Amino acid sequence: MKARYLIPLGVFLVIVGFLAVGLKLDPKKVPSPLIGKPAPHFELPTLYDPAEKISPEKLRGKVWLLNVFASWCVSCRAEHRVIGRFVQLGLAPVYGLNYKDAETDAKAWLAQLGNPYEAVIVDREGNTGIDWGVYGVPETFVIDKKGIIRDKIIGPVNDEIVRDRLVPLIRKLNEEQG
Amino acid sequence: MIPEIGHFALILALVVALVQGIFPIVGAHKGWASWVAVAKPAARLQFLLLLVAFAALSWAFLQSDFSVRYVAENSNTRLPQIFKFSAVWGAHEGSLLLWALILSAWTATVTLFGRSLSPLMMARVLGVLGLVATGFLAFLIFTSNPFTRLLPAAMEGRDLNPLLQDIGLVMHPPMLYMGYVGFAIPFAFAIAAMLGGRLDAAWARWSRPWTQAAWMFLTLGIALGSWWAYYELGWGGWWFWDPVENASFMPWLAGTALMHSLAVTEKRGAFKAWTVLLAIFTFSLSLLGTFLVRSGVLTSVHAFASDPSRGLFILLFLATVVGSSLALYAARASKVRSHVRFALVSRETALLLNNVILVVTTVSILLGTLYPLIIDALGAGKISVGPPYFNAVFIPLTIPLAILIGLGTVARWKRDSLAHIWAKVRLPFVASLVFGLVFPAVAMAHFTWKAALGMVLAFWVLFTTVRVIRDYARGRGLGGLSLSQWGMALGHIGVAVFIVGITLTSIYSLEEDVRLVPGDHYRMGGYDFLFKGTTHLEGPNYQGTRGEIVITKDGRPVTVLYPEKRNYLTGMPMTEAGIDPGLTRDLFVALGEPLGADGAWAVRIYVKPYVRWIWLGALIMALGGILSLSDKRYRVLARREQRAMAGETA
Repeated sequence: MKARYLIPLGVFLVIVGFLAVGLKLDPKKVPSPLIGKPAPHFELPTLYDPAEKISPEKLRGKVWLLNVFASWCVSCRAEHRVIGRFVQLGLAPVYGLNYKDAETDAKAWLAQLGNPYEAVIVDREGNTGIDWGVYGVPETFVIDKKGIIRDKIIGPVNDEIVRDRLVPLIRKLNEEQG
Repeated sequence: MIPEIGHFALILALVVALVQGIFPIVGAHKGWASWVAVAKPAARLQFLLLLVAFAALSWAFLQSDFSVRYVAENSNTRLPQIFKFSAVWGAHEGSLLLWALILSAWTATVTLFGRSLSPLMMARVLGVLGLVATGFLAFLIFTSNPFTRLLPAAMEGRDLNPLLQDIGLVMHPPMLYMGYVGFAIPFAFAIAAMLGGRLDAAWARWSRPWTQAAWMFLTLGIALGSWWAYYELGWGGWWFWDPVENASFMPWLAGTALMHSLAVTEKRGAFKAWTVLLAIFTFSLSLLGTFLVRSGVLTSVHAFASDPSRGLFILLFLATVVGSSLALYAARASKVRSHVRFALVSRETALLLNNVILVVTTVSILLGTLYPLIIDALGAGKISVGPPYFNAVFIPLTIPLAILIGLGTVARWKRDSLAHIWAKVRLPFVASLVFGLVFPAVAMAHFTWKAALGMVLAFWVLFTTVRVIRDYARGRGLGGLSLSQWGMALGHIGVAVFIVGITLTSIYSLEEDVRLVPGDHYRMGGYDFLFKGTTHLEGPNYQGTRGEIVITKDGRPVTVLYPEKRNYLTGMPMTEAGIDPGLTRDLFVALGEPLGADGAWAVRIYVKPYVRWIWLGALIMALGGILSLSDKRYRVLARREQRAMAGETA
């Protein structure tokens, strides 16, 4: 037996090793160091009324969601309808964080697809995104009455996530004391 | 009661598969004729039992028997009959049952057509297939049983995923599985040949038609999936480099390499060990594809429910099958010598390069597909690899491949000279340069060098293929060509057509998202799109909106398109694009979202030149595969060998 005929087997075993490790990992789950921590501070204007400033402190006392989106993000388009349906459940308001986007593009995008947001917060430079640890769009944060981040969804929210993860969590958070 | 019969048949099939896997292989090793004789009846019985199981599950779907969990989760009384049937393979459990059924169907076919095989070889081939089937059936029964009951029975089913309620997707999985599973046959031949210690040209000749058949189905399956994505997903894309798409494309590339390398092994007796390795590689990629799709280790737009216990099972299965095959290869391949010499300039070299490029492409795609997983497993973070990577590796690799098609087909076996090859390709070379440069300038909106490059390659493949056909036909006419020569020619012409489609669509497509109020016009690519408004739509298991768009060109009517937006019972919205297909262009209109009260809609409009040629090319390639495998030479040789064999034993 010559050693070179063992090469395919060797390469294959390495791949199997990686697959075995990969099996234990959830590709959709990216741990966020922010979960359980207070929501990072920002004070930003809204898209439709630049005079109005929103900050997490102002939203204390209610459970709310922050949905990071941008008109240039393809999967946000798919997610948008789900957000719309979630809002109709009336469980919690969703604030949009318009991330690194041009104002006209964002407005056109919302005009075309509908605007489910309680308010759209503008983060043109992306600094707030960095504070919040956003590394891909869309991302969705759940913030409780005390202003603590309780969950983070990376990638588009779908109906399954709404049903199995968001709705039970928000029901629970709504019952907590502020 | 009927589901229990199916369940019972499934369990019996597992037992039979185990028998089929063990007795013939041990019998062939020890020389026990009675054990060897088990192979054929066991293979046929296994097929029969799986047919019963599949029929029972289909019956449960057609009767809307919601006491079966799988039926309740994937069907609905209001689902049209045809989709009730196709819902059988609409989700994980049923598609695995289809996988197993197709494997047993291929195996049973081997028992019918493989009459020229020696009994020992036949026993080993069926034994290997039996072991593969055992693994799959165990997976099916222990982790993904489609016959599990639901108590109490559901009143109504959850309905089939609306994405799958489409004729393209009714046919896509069976075709794809025919291809995936079909590669089990050359794999089994390779393993059997190694077990028997006889790796010769006969082994390659047996494997060739089976490989071509599997490849043909896989080609059709992938093309159907791409065509479906194009008209159903509503944004006009036809390939996304998604992990699940890659999972089907990798065995296709490896299978293409295998087909070509089998030709060399059969005709010239060269590349023996390499061909065996490719056969293992191709089937391993089919299994890996199943693992990737079913285990959820990678994120994919194909949102299949994933389950770690299933993933672990498939991984163990994959490790056992591929690991033991490669161990066998390591033990046996060193004894296989190809005592065939060939010159540097020869068809062998061209085919060797073809294999190298195809394998490098496959490995690049494999790397890109697994890279996020590897990085994650090393704890180095989360990344995703997207189309830019795949396009950057795939496109440059296909250019030398297209050039090789021309050179390889005109080159002689064993030894050739550059002068001779040049004499043959001179005319096609000049003609492809001229036609390729002129075409985008004359027939398209504007000239680009990329388009010219693509068209030169396409014409090069076409003209060299025509040149080869002319050479073959010299002295005996076109009718004198064998089916496998026609098959080769069509396969390559399919590649040319495919290159035309990809090049022109990706460079010249026009697309725009526009806001249209009823009565609005929009002009694009010389066409005028008039939005007439929308009407309400009532389907069997959906409601929706239907738009009407009148298209004219220079004042003359072209067509009227009715794009739809459907809301299915499951709550999932679906886009049905309105498409006016054409040989040189598709007009594609999809409804986005309603905008405001004045009846305005976001409408997506595309003009996609030559997009059909992508699937047309795949169809022509598949047709080439059919012609090749129908070549009578395989049957004539088979009969001759059979007679020789009969003479030996008499």
